[in-house]
Amino acid sequence: MTWQLFALLVHACGLTIAISAVSIVIGLMIGIAVSGAMLSRNRAASWCGRTFVSFFRGSPLLVQLLLIYNLLPVLGLNVPSLVAAVVGLSLCDAAYQAENMRGGLKSVPRGLLEAADMLGLSPWQQFWRIKVPIALRMTLPALTSEAIMIVKASSLVSVVGVVELTRMAQDLSASTFRPLELFTAAGFLYFVTNWTLSRLGRRLERSFSWGIR
Amino acid sequence: MIIDFTHIIEQLPELVRSIGVTCMIWLVGTACALVLGFFVTLGLRFGAWWLRWFLSAYVEIIRGTPFLIQLFLLYYGGPFIGIALDPMPAGFLGVTVYGAAYFSEIFRAGFEAVPGGHVEAAQCLGLTRFQIIWRIQVPEMTMLVLPPAINMTVILLKETAVLSIITVPELTFLMQAIGSQQYAFVEAMAVLACFYWAMVSLAGRIGDFAEKRFSKYTFSHT
Repeated sequence: MTWQLFALLVHACGLTIAISAVSIVIGLMIGIAVSGAMLSRNRAASWCGRTFVSFFRGSPLLVQLLLIYNLLPVLGLNVPSLVAAVVGLSLCDAAYQAENMRGGLKSVPRGLLEAADMLGLSPWQQFWRIKVPIALRMTLPALTSEAIMIVKASSLVSVVGVVELTRMAQDLSASTFRPLELFTAAGFLYFVTNWTLSRLGRRLERSFSWGIR
Repeated sequence: MIIDFTHIIEQLPELVRSIGVTCMIWLVGTACALVLGFFVTLGLRFGAWWLRWFLSAYVEIIRGTPFLIQLFLLYYGGPFIGIALDPMPAGFLGVTVYGAAYFSEIFRAGFEAVPGGHVEAAQCLGLTRFQIIWRIQVPEMTMLVLPPAINMTVILLKETAVLSIITVPELTFLMQAIGSQQYAFVEAMAVLACFYWAMVSLAGRIGDFAEKRFSKYTFSHT
């Protein structure tokens, strides 16, 4: 395998990282909202939240991606495959994040909420200003492993035609007829990305864990 | 577009067969992965340094790379080093090798959770290493290992959908074919997603039931 091919793979790995990063950020935001809905006293909201989480955690990401990719045009939204891929990844990620956040939100100490009550914070303020920041710090380890999972899961967006790392390796191996080297190199790039992520996560955990233990 | 499910119902016999393929790959693959994963854990605990090094590299690599890349490497790269497999055996092998890495990690945590005092007590009583593993460590860690192992089993069911990409004739593969033949791709995928959802929910229920049944073996630290 030449350096040119490897450079192409590295370039595609950049797209993989970009897709994953965007999906994780959007997924986290949706996930926080969904976890709030799941824990809300409103029956309908909590049912919707739980069904959303159950569906996106209960069906394969590949099927979700194929469904969303083909469903969007039917609904009249002709978006590029990249957008469909990000939507699919974000929704799936949101379900897992919501489940993590739910655990975090539940373990926010009661005393803090009582204090917030005494200070006259509205439930909305309590949720966004007290519960979410604390829950986020508590769920940081889960967040890291979730990010790693999304990087790995992003390989599936190759099936809807996004030329990220997996698709690039596939295309190149079809034209150069060297699947062994190319898929090994792609695997190596995924491994390096995930290894870096886990290192970063551990470092973040150390600097953000003050005050919760 | 009109939602029309009759096309899907027409192909019922083939559907049943492909559901069978999915379930078989899932269950047999999981069973093999459990056994292999257990041996990997034993190798990591009791093996020579080179075996421990090799096995930990295996676990790290499998857990650090996407399942799809592993499948491509096995299916398209394999023939170049003399491992030419048909889609089905490649799928089985893929699920087994992939699952075993995760299961070994679960078993490792289980072994670590068994108090050292119990192992020492067993050693004092003159139990052999084999007896200590089978009579002391495995029973004590069963309850600890069960929830994450069930979780992983359910994840493996979802991962079998990925096998459709290397043309294993399982459910996702068939539904994609039906969907594109009948120009009803969205319906096909919607039905498929709901089917997996039902399967996963059912597997989760069975898992909860098993946990309750086994909870009598819970071992307390007192």
